[in-house]
Amino acid sequence: MQSKMKESDPILEIEDLFASTDNLPILKGVSLTVYPGEIHAIMGRNGCGKSTLSKIIAGHPSYNITNGDIKFSGENINSLEPEERSQSGIFLGFQYPIEIPGVSNLEFLRVSTNARRKFLNKEELDTFDFEELVKEKLELVKMDQGFLSRSVNQGFSGGEKKRNEILQMALLEPKIAILDETDSGLDIDALRIVASGIKKISNAQTGIILITHYQRLLDEIEPNYVHVMADGQIIKTGGSDLALELEKKGYEWTDNFVKET
Amino acid sequence: MVNENLVKDVVKKPYKYGFVTDIETEKISKGLNEDIIRLISEKKEEPQYLLDFRLKAFKKWQKMDEPDWAGLGYKQIDYQDIIYYSAPKQKEKISSLDEVDPKLLETFDKLGIPLTEQKKLTNVAVDAVFDSVSIATTFRDELAKHGVIFCSISEAVKNHSDLIEKYLGTVVPASDNYFAALNSAVFSDGSFVYIPKGVTCPMDLSSYFRINSGDTGQFERTLIIAEESSSVSYLEGCTAPMFDTNTLHAAVVELIALDDASIKYSTVQNWYAGDEEGVGGIFNFVTKRGKCLGKRSKISWSQVETGSSITWKYPSCLLLGEESIGEFYSVALTNNLQQADTGTKMIHIGPKTKSTIVSKGISAGNSINSYRGLVKMGRKAAGSRNYSQCDSMLIGDQASANTFPYIKSQQSNSEIEHEASTCRISEDQLFYLQSRGIEFEEAVSMMVSGFCRDVFNQLPMEFAAEADKLLALKLEGSVG
Repeated sequence: MQSKMKESDPILEIEDLFASTDNLPILKGVSLTVYPGEIHAIMGRNGCGKSTLSKIIAGHPSYNITNGDIKFSGENINSLEPEERSQSGIFLGFQYPIEIPGVSNLEFLRVSTNARRKFLNKEELDTFDFEELVKEKLELVKMDQGFLSRSVNQGFSGGEKKRNEILQMALLEPKIAILDETDSGLDIDALRIVASGIKKISNAQTGIILITHYQRLLDEIEPNYVHVMADGQIIKTGGSDLALELEKKGYEWTDNFVKET
Repeated sequence: MVNENLVKDVVKKPYKYGFVTDIETEKISKGLNEDIIRLISEKKEEPQYLLDFRLKAFKKWQKMDEPDWAGLGYKQIDYQDIIYYSAPKQKEKISSLDEVDPKLLETFDKLGIPLTEQKKLTNVAVDAVFDSVSIATTFRDELAKHGVIFCSISEAVKNHSDLIEKYLGTVVPASDNYFAALNSAVFSDGSFVYIPKGVTCPMDLSSYFRINSGDTGQFERTLIIAEESSSVSYLEGCTAPMFDTNTLHAAVVELIALDDASIKYSTVQNWYAGDEEGVGGIFNFVTKRGKCLGKRSKISWSQVETGSSITWKYPSCLLLGEESIGEFYSVALTNNLQQADTGTKMIHIGPKTKSTIVSKGISAGNSINSYRGLVKMGRKAAGSRNYSQCDSMLIGDQASANTFPYIKSQQSNSEIEHEASTCRISEDQLFYLQSRGIEFEEAVSMMVSGFCRDVFNQLPMEFAAEADKLLALKLEGSVG
């Protein structure tokens, strides 16, 4: 089954990536390839570089790539602005979604969706048409319309913020979604809602990278690959059973791994 | 730690009103003395009482010192190096708008204020002031049908002298402060509004002030009187060319609201702000005050201050009438080396009076943006209430924001509430919006207009859209 996926070209190719912030090296040679339809999980201790990797893929200005390439649909995107990456179909679900006071969620979602639509040469939506579209997508994450009139993420509970992220993913229909600890801070019910939302949005053309500490998200969304990160490197890659083993043995178990080359 | 250069580029603002109209003008010679004041008064064919008013004000001004309590830094103004009267040359008597010099009409066209019969704005009456004189006032006949008087103050002096004599200087006395005294001595033109008893003004009234000459000061004077149970919404806009010298603008605005009357006064101030190094720009020293004389009367100030190299302005309310209401909604945006010291005074004199203050200051570049406000509860102001909210937003790490709320209460049975906050547009917020496909510039301007929403909601509809656009324009520039 996996070989069948690989008949098409990869969505994301990361080759020997080194990156630093304030001259402090964070990533020390990460390679990762994602094909359409694949779900990858990246696990690892706090501070191992998982979140940094996700931010670098999205183009966060605080990090410098010192070596290596990030290719998206075959094109090098190292120098693209974050908004260009988003418009072309890269989505980062934030671990801690940011509050933007005074900016209505509806307007934010509309401007964001239109930026992506414009890139895809699709007609931009006015407020009325957009409301129709967003109502449909709200269903996926079981949010009510009240969310739309509030300021972006302001006063949202942890679970509401995460659902709002998935709502954005649903609207933007990305080619690849990197979901950074989307499961953290969710109760069981919210986790199921978020997981089922992710499954409904993704399809055979999309790639997904789940960054997580816990098995419970992977119980809901089974990954094709599990990567273990430590000290800025992927030290082990396996199938979904690797996550189960990790859950049993803890990260201490991984301390003994030598980087696989 | 937002990327400094990026932010600098974004807040760099093109000023599209910076052109000069090449027109023949009649200017009097530079300098300020009694003869100059007599000359201005003579040119305007004023009655004796007004000349006396001017001369008295001048005597007071001579004994006053320029205020320095706001701590603003600027080169000393040489009051003898300013021209106090400049008017475009026109035919003696103009009977219709079509006789106005086409160059002037074209100027206002370019500013987005068409005046001619065919093109004029349909729902707003406009009084257009060019340097020291009013050029034209639209919709006068229609307004007259409702008994509303809307004309230049010079005309009002001629045709409605009783009202001028009764009210001029009663809200802002000539000796009120240094710049008000100067204005009282040399004021040239401005707008006059009178709304008779029981009349709701059928359309918004608007004055547009245009400074054209670089060496001429602008000293306009506005007087609005709302009789019992009347109401009016008045809008004010202003622009000036880009000169590398500073031009002085010292205006006085007086509002009077009688029983159950309401006046809404909105300003979009976009005088030239000077360049990135702080060269040139308007010194905007303005005294605006409203008197809620009547019971249940209401005066509401809303302002969007984006221009001027220095702004010194505190639109205030004297709440005399029982249950009268004062409001102040303000957005002040400063960039580069601009300095804004603005706020309000809410003076509660009558019982059960209410006031609301919402101030939003945005500082970018190396600018200084201060809110300075006074809330005073007098002895008789039992049962009165004030609510103040002052928020500051900083863009970049070189700008500064200050809040100086002064509170004086002589009445224990009154409530004063004050809230203040300061925020900075963070790199994380920008990245969040950008990672959703929103361009850097748009992200900044979305956050700025989100920050100002409470105030924009108070502006008349057309104005709110204009203000939003203006802020976006001020924050526009090429990224990277």
